[in-house]
Amino acid sequence: MLLIPCPYCGERPEPEFSYGGQAHIARPAQPSAIEAQAWADYLYRRDNVRGVQAERWRHVHGCGRFFNALRDTRNDHFLATYEVGAAPPEPTARGSQ
Amino acid sequence: MQAFSGLSLFLRGLRGQRGWPPQWRSPEPKPAYDALIVGGGGHGLGTAFYLAREHGLTNVAVLEKGWIGGGNTGRNTTIIRSNYLFPESAALYDHALKLWEHLAQILNYNVMFSPRGVMMLAHTVHDQQVFQRHVHANRAAGVDNEWLTPQQARDFCPPLNIGDIRYPVLGAALQRRGGTARHDAVAWGYARAADALGVDIIENCEVTGFLKERSGAIAGVSTSRGTIRAPRIGVVAAGNSSVVLRGAGVALPLESYPLQALVSEPIKPVFPCVVMSNTIHAYISQSDKGELVIGAGTDAYLSYTQRGGLHITSHALEAICELFPIFRRLRMLRAWGGIVDVTPDRSPIIGKTGVPGLYVNCGWGTGGFKATPGSAHVFAWTIAKGEPHPINAPFSLERFRDGDLIDEAAAAAVMH
Repeated sequence: MLLIPCPYCGERPEPEFSYGGQAHIARPAQPSAIEAQAWADYLYRRDNVRGVQAERWRHVHGCGRFFNALRDTRNDHFLATYEVGAAPPEPTARGSQ
Repeated sequence: MQAFSGLSLFLRGLRGQRGWPPQWRSPEPKPAYDALIVGGGGHGLGTAFYLAREHGLTNVAVLEKGWIGGGNTGRNTTIIRSNYLFPESAALYDHALKLWEHLAQILNYNVMFSPRGVMMLAHTVHDQQVFQRHVHANRAAGVDNEWLTPQQARDFCPPLNIGDIRYPVLGAALQRRGGTARHDAVAWGYARAADALGVDIIENCEVTGFLKERSGAIAGVSTSRGTIRAPRIGVVAAGNSSVVLRGAGVALPLESYPLQALVSEPIKPVFPCVVMSNTIHAYISQSDKGELVIGAGTDAYLSYTQRGGLHITSHALEAICELFPIFRRLRMLRAWGGIVDVTPDRSPIIGKTGVPGLYVNCGWGTGGFKATPGSAHVFAWTIAKGEPHPINAPFSLERFRDGDLIDEAAAAAVMH
C-alpha cells in the first residue's frame, strides 16, 4: 500500500485516493476537426512510462481535491506533487534510487 | 530431441533420475536470422515453435531479457477457459482451448492440462443476467457453457458456501472444458520443442533498440548481446511492450499494472475445480502439489514494480474465506506480482504495426495464459504470411482508430 502525499492533507494511505491516469492530456478543442487517428490517440494512447510519470490523483476519501504527482513507476516513489493546471516541477533525486 | 515416455522415465528412475541432459541448447546469438521473437514467455516461445513447425521457418531466435518463462508465464494462476462474450473473443480463446487439449502430445512434454471445469459465481441479479447472456452467446458460438443453480454449484464444488454470506450465491456459469495447466511446463515444453526444430533460445539478451532499412522496414535489433539482423520481428513483451516498441516508434494503447497472485501451504486434495467470483473478486484452484492458487486484483495505478499492495491480496483472501470457510485457518506461503499490459477494451492486440516487418502481440492484460497456444499459433501465421490469420484479424491495432473495439472490458468475468 502506498503512502501518498496529498498536497493539502499530508501523507495518507492509498485507499483514500483514486488514481486518474496520465496527466496533461488535453481534450482536442474541436473533435470533429481532427483526424480519426488523432482522436484515437487522445482517447486511448498512453505513454505507459517506465520511469517518472506525471499523473492525476484525487483524495476522494479526504479533502476531495484533485492534484497531480510525479511518481517513478519503477519503484513507486512519489517525487513531487503539484496543482492541477500547473506545469510539472523538476523531479528530485529520490527517483533514481 | 530425446523423446519422453513412461518407459524412459522408468528406466531413468532405476538410476535415480540422474543424468538427464539439458532439454534445450544455450547458443550464442548469430548475426542474422530469418525471424526474431522478442520475449521468451509462453506466447513468444510458442510463436517460434509454430513458425518452425507449421511455416518451415527454422532460422529463428527468441530473445529474452531474463530467463524464459520468468515473466507473466511463471506468475499467473494458470486458469484456462474460453467463455468470452463476443464472437471474436470466443473464437480466439476457443482456438487456444482446442490446442490445449492436445498440446502435451504435440510437444511430447506433459503440460498437465487438466480440464476440471471453471465455475463463475453469480451473487447479484445483475450477475445472473450477465452470465446467462454469456451462456447463451457461448452456446450459439459453439462454446460449452452452462447455467447451474446454487445447489448444483455446491454439488460441483462441495467446499462452496452458498447461503450464509454477505453476497449469497444465486447461481453459476460452468465451462466444463476449462481448467488449469502447469505454467512452467508450457514455457519449457515449447522451448524444448522449438529448440529441437532449430530455433535458438537466447536468454539474458535485452532488446535496446531497433534497426530499420532506408525504406522504413524493420532490419534488426540492437541488444545487450550485440546487433542481430532479421527482416521479420515479432514483439511479445507483455507488460514491457510499450517500452520495447517505443524504440521502433510504435505507440500503443496500453497501460501496465501490477497483478498479484498467492499460494497457500499445501493440503490434501479438497478442491475439484476452478472457482471465480466477479462481484466479491477472488479466484481459486488447487495445484497438483496441493497448494491453493489464489488470484487477486490489479493495483489501481500504473507500475512496473512486479509487486502490489497488501490490501489487494487481503481483499481477495477475505472473499475466499467468506466463500470457502474451510480455508479460514490456512496460511499463505508466497505472494507475487506480474506486470500486465491492459488495453482499453481488455482484448489483446495481435497483428501488424505501422513498421513493415514488425509485428506485435500484446495487451493480454489479466488473462493471457489461457490463450498461450492459440495466440502463438495465429501470431506465427501473421509473421510468416505478413497478414493476420482470420481469427486474429479483428484484434488489430487499427481497431482503436476505426472504433471496432471488442469490448470485453464491459463483459469481463472479473472486474480488474
